[in-house]
Amino acid sequence: MNRERTIEVSVGIFVAAGLAALFMLAMKVSNLSALGERGGYTLTARFENVGGLKVRSPVRIGGVRVGHVTAIDYDMQNYEAIVTLVVDRRYDRLPEDTSASIYTAGLLGEQFIGLEPGGSESFLGDGGEIVQTQSALVLENLIGHFLYSKAAEGS
Amino acid sequence: MIGGWLQSLGHSGLCFFVRLGRSALFMGRVAAGLPSLLPLPRLLVRELHSVGVLSMAIIVLSGLSVGMVLGLQMYNTLVDFGTEESLGPVVALSLVRELGPVLTALLFAGRAGSALTAEIGLMKATDQLSVMEMMAVDPLKRVVAPRFLAGFLSLPLLAAIFSAVGILGSYFVGVGLLGVDDGAFWSQMQSKVDLQEDVINGVIKSVVFGWVCSWIAVFEGYDAVPTTEGVSRATTRTVVHSAFAVLGLDFVLTALMFGD
Amino acid sequence: MNQSDSDDLLVRMRGIRFAIGGRQIIDGMDIDIPRGKVTSIMGPSGTGKTTLLRLIGGQWRPQEGSVEVDGVSVHRVGREGLYRLRRKMGMLFQSGALFTHLSVFENVAFPLREHTRLPEAIIRHLVLMKLEAVGLRGARDLMPSELSGGMARRVALARAIALDPTMIMYDEPFVGQDPITVGVIMQLIRRLNDTLGLTSIIVSHDVQEVSAISDRIYMISDGKVVDHGSPRALAESASEWVQQFLHGRPDGPVPFHYPAPDYVADLFGEAS
Ligand SMILES: Nc1ncnc2c1ncn2[C@@H]1O[C@H](COP(=O)(O)OP(=O)(O)O)[C@@H](O)[C@H]1O
Ligand SMILES: [Mg+2]
Repeated sequence: MNRERTIEVSVGIFVAAGLAALFMLAMKVSNLSALGERGGYTLTARFENVGGLKVRSPVRIGGVRVGHVTAIDYDMQNYEAIVTLVVDRRYDRLPEDTSASIYTAGLLGEQFIGLEPGGSESFLGDGGEIVQTQSALVLENLIGHFLYSKAAEGS
Repeated sequence: MIGGWLQSLGHSGLCFFVRLGRSALFMGRVAAGLPSLLPLPRLLVRELHSVGVLSMAIIVLSGLSVGMVLGLQMYNTLVDFGTEESLGPVVALSLVRELGPVLTALLFAGRAGSALTAEIGLMKATDQLSVMEMMAVDPLKRVVAPRFLAGFLSLPLLAAIFSAVGILGSYFVGVGLLGVDDGAFWSQMQSKVDLQEDVINGVIKSVVFGWVCSWIAVFEGYDAVPTTEGVSRATTRTVVHSAFAVLGLDFVLTALMFGD
Repeated sequence: MNQSDSDDLLVRMRGIRFAIGGRQIIDGMDIDIPRGKVTSIMGPSGTGKTTLLRLIGGQWRPQEGSVEVDGVSVHRVGREGLYRLRRKMGMLFQSGALFTHLSVFENVAFPLREHTRLPEAIIRHLVLMKLEAVGLRGARDLMPSELSGGMARRVALARAIALDPTMIMYDEPFVGQDPITVGVIMQLIRRLNDTLGLTSIIVSHDVQEVSAISDRIYMISDGKVVDHGSPRALAESASEWVQQFLHGRPDGPVPFHYPAPDYVADLFGEAS
């Protein structure tokens, strides 16, 4: 009987440890605690070129992560990329004239969308569009420009 | 010469498919026996003990050492690029997506799978399964089903423990010993590791591995030639076949999940 | 064959043919087991005696022929019917086949717990009764690994009679036991048969013991029944094979030599 009890208790501990590990993977390791789809509102922004931006790339304001990219599509009418992003409810007072740019963390790091709040009195709501955008700086183009201008200078 | 070789190839191919078919039928009968376990939770608890609890030590130790080694090696590479803060995501992603499920499944096959095969095989060799049948008790329900279910449930839990302990191990090495920033370690990890994409897919992998490894283990035991030699062969087969199945399936699952 | 004769038979096997692993083990046998008697099946090792018991118990299925137990065709009743039938059968395996992870008490209680919903107190009562019948009530808390071979067999016997079967099959009950244990087991078989009104089938090749306790003996060899009858009748059998077997003569119809090519040719054939 006593042995039986020990077995039951140890199995209980094992299952609890397994569930605790799963809980840790969900809450501490992954971004479940950071942002849920439900806790945010969506915005769209149009860019000429999104460079290396991906679904799940972060959205930051002043370096603080406030959301992430949920979809990237291409609009064949206007020949622009449409980026859908979700921003945490806590940051729901973004002015209408907020601008969005695509930055690169470090020289070769991941790309993210940086938001720059404007001065408008009215705010962007769910489904709103960010009108002022700046495309990604593509490294190859930059180098190309640089070489071209140098060559032009030299001649 | 070539003809003989082709013939033996064809023969072993046929044998393989015959065996696969038999084990599929067997799996079906075991699955049909699972509901009959509901009124007998004790049987399951005892098997969870021998399959899960007794595998904990090796899983925790391996997870810890793999995590620590990963932390050390990755740090040495990342620090050259000045991105040692990425240690968190790099270690977490490799553990959660690949190393956790795969290494746990391999260790499981060696520790628990072989024991399951040997146990069932010996029960067969000593007529304990026949005697049950003669008592009008179905050994598939009474002996095989609880062991299969215990393995199937244990492996995902063990894999989660492996990954979690591994991440803690790399935290200990990276943050504790090598001076990576504590906040950056976790926040970078959280921003790169996705619940759906990484954690849940990793869990799905370990569920598939748990099913396959337990299936192989109980089938080899039940199908063993009922002699000492037959059981020892079956035990070896369990470990080898589980390893092949896990590595092969991991490739397929990775391609399906992360391949776009 | 009149009505009363067939009523007296518990097991009736007709025209059984069975092959396994590419070998014809049983090649046309008719066997009748009368109710309430001790019937023995004798033959050399490897002739398929255990196989016969497995066919009666429905574990294996003959390629041809029929097995009827208590008027029910074993291989036609389906799984449910077979399991119902098996609750009337007890079987004592050659090795005892005790469940190694359960104590003596739990081994005997196993079939009761599986097939009845009796309260714990009654199960305890029944188990102790069965253990008392085999003289091992005091060993109830031992594990199978702590038992001698003879004790293990007696515990297995207690387990086999736990559900009060109508018939019980013994596979080589005397093999590898010391003379005292053999005596104990012989006495047990006879006593259980007579007091519980069981039907007993013994598979064995121990001539002395079997002759002493059987009411009827079947002699089998090479997949066929060679002779059958009471022990007394068999002792007078005209079959040379039966005489060789009963008296343990080294040579006779069963040759000392395994079939081989001519000795001289074999010895010198290789060199040339
Ligand atoms: N599972 C099996 N597969 C193949 N052959 C078997 C199997 N079981 C028994 N045999 C063969 O059947 C024959 C009869 O076995 P068995 O009935 O155990 O003999 P006995 O009990 O008379 O000694 C033996 O030659 C044995 O090799
Ligand atoms: Mg035998």
